[in-house]
Amino acid sequence: MWNLANPTRFLSIADRIIPWLAGLTFLLLGIGLYLAFFVAPPDYQQGETVKIMFVHVPSAWLAMFGYTLIAVASIGSLVWRHPLADVAAKTAAPIGATFTFVALVTGSLWGKPMWGTYWVWDARLTSMLVLFLLYLGLIALWQSIEEPGRAGRAAAILAIVGFVNVPIIHFSVNWWNTLHQPASIFRVGGPTIDPSLLTPLFVMAAGFTLLFVLLHLIAMRAEILRRRVHALRQMHVEHAAAA
Amino acid sequence: MPDLGPHAVFIWAAYGVTLVTVVALVIAIVSDDRRQRRLIAELERQGLTRRSAKAATAKAATVKPAASAKPKPASAKTPRARKPKA
Amino acid sequence: MSSAVALFHRDVMLAWREGGATGTALGFYLVVVAIIPLGLGPDLNLLSRIAPGVLWVALLLASLLSADRIFHNDYEDGSLDMLAIGPLPLEVVAALKSLAHWVTTGVPLALMAPVLGLLLNLPIEAYPLLMLSMLAGTPAVSFVAAIGAALTLGLRRSGVLLALLVLPLYVPVLIFGVATVSAASVGPASPWPPFLILCALSLASIVLAPIASAAALRTAMR
Repeated sequence: MWNLANPTRFLSIADRIIPWLAGLTFLLLGIGLYLAFFVAPPDYQQGETVKIMFVHVPSAWLAMFGYTLIAVASIGSLVWRHPLADVAAKTAAPIGATFTFVALVTGSLWGKPMWGTYWVWDARLTSMLVLFLLYLGLIALWQSIEEPGRAGRAAAILAIVGFVNVPIIHFSVNWWNTLHQPASIFRVGGPTIDPSLLTPLFVMAAGFTLLFVLLHLIAMRAEILRRRVHALRQMHVEHAAAA
Repeated sequence: MPDLGPHAVFIWAAYGVTLVTVVALVIAIVSDDRRQRRLIAELERQGLTRRSAKAATAKAATVKPAASAKPKPASAKTPRARKPKA
Repeated sequence: MSSAVALFHRDVMLAWREGGATGTALGFYLVVVAIIPLGLGPDLNLLSRIAPGVLWVALLLASLLSADRIFHNDYEDGSLDMLAIGPLPLEVVAALKSLAHWVTTGVPLALMAPVLGLLLNLPIEAYPLLMLSMLAGTPAVSFVAAIGAALTLGLRRSGVLLALLVLPLYVPVLIFGVATVSAASVGPASPWPPFLILCALSLASIVLAPIASAAALRTAMR
């Protein structure tokens, strides 16, 4: 981690990794989609709509992965003052929020044939909605504070506060849900997920995860360059003023 | 295309939304990245490099404290003095 | 100890004399609860079913209205800098200010809630637990609101931003607060388990939130 602390070094490593990562990502996603549409069997309960799981579950996984990443980066930023930590946190937020959005929409579209309505206040969708709001709050805070140092520290505090709250929120939404809904436990493929559905799921999940990492690296590179552009322009202005 | 059953439209819609959203995210991130790389290249072409080949001039010395206050862990930058072109 | 008491006393007095912090929050609470039936229709059965939720949600919004004043005035006139280098740790300062906010906003709102319950046809049996649950839950509301206030100190649109940042964090308090009141009004479940969880949330907030608030204050003041 500390080898990557130097932005210049990070940039050179990123420049080399990104093309390979892009190739691998699209390969995995291609294989995953093929498996999803041409290999995976229909579920005995849900029929073909189980195929929505192959995009919904990876997106939901990334939604949580993204927020965890931001929380870890925030600790790195506040506690160890790792120089790239706030760049990592800032750039991960829109990506995580996007996957949360995809999880919500695909979950909703899965819910219509399953439960009959587009939105259900079940524990998972509700928790995902709250997570989406937490992401939006982070993005809003980043955008509202102009000075990048203060923005980074404030967003780091908010991210950690939110992360600590996520299990509490999840627990309370679960509790609320069992209070208000009869236990309609739908299970994919019976009591456990059948292996024929697990393989496409894992491949898609792996592909999605690599996609996240790929986009994150590109976004971090862009952010580092953006800050350099800003700094260079500042110097140019100051220099011209001093001249 | 395989037969996707009576609820096929939901499956297509779910994959469609995923594809469109992911593509939009990729475009946003990649185009921002390209734009920053282009800006950096332009600024470097204009002669604003991050290190000065010569020893720092007196003017650069006064600019230096401000430059090193930037949130960059790399060494402080000294600009090459350049008259702005018309 | 005496400096802590003095700070708390000062904040409470300022809030009272500012004339309007408490009153505005109470007025907002009344207005929001009053327009709900206008939007939903006068069906008393419906209103009594949604009363616990409406009363709690409106309480959260009314508390958030006055939240950005927790640190704002002292930040503006420089007293916050003095407090930061003073004898009290910044965490204690944040805690005392949150406590003052609770006393001047949370408690009055909680005490007024039964009156508004009348508007929503809340069953009489629920009134004691309505006040009790709100008194138990509003410390969490105030202390977490202080985190938002510290994070958004001095920013434009800080009020709305504060609400956006803090409301998702209120989900547990809301769920257990409403569950307490609903159990008291409708039954058959006992209201005490969610009530105790609500107390736990408040106690945890009192201890942990000032740490985050103080950290956020330091970032704003650097």
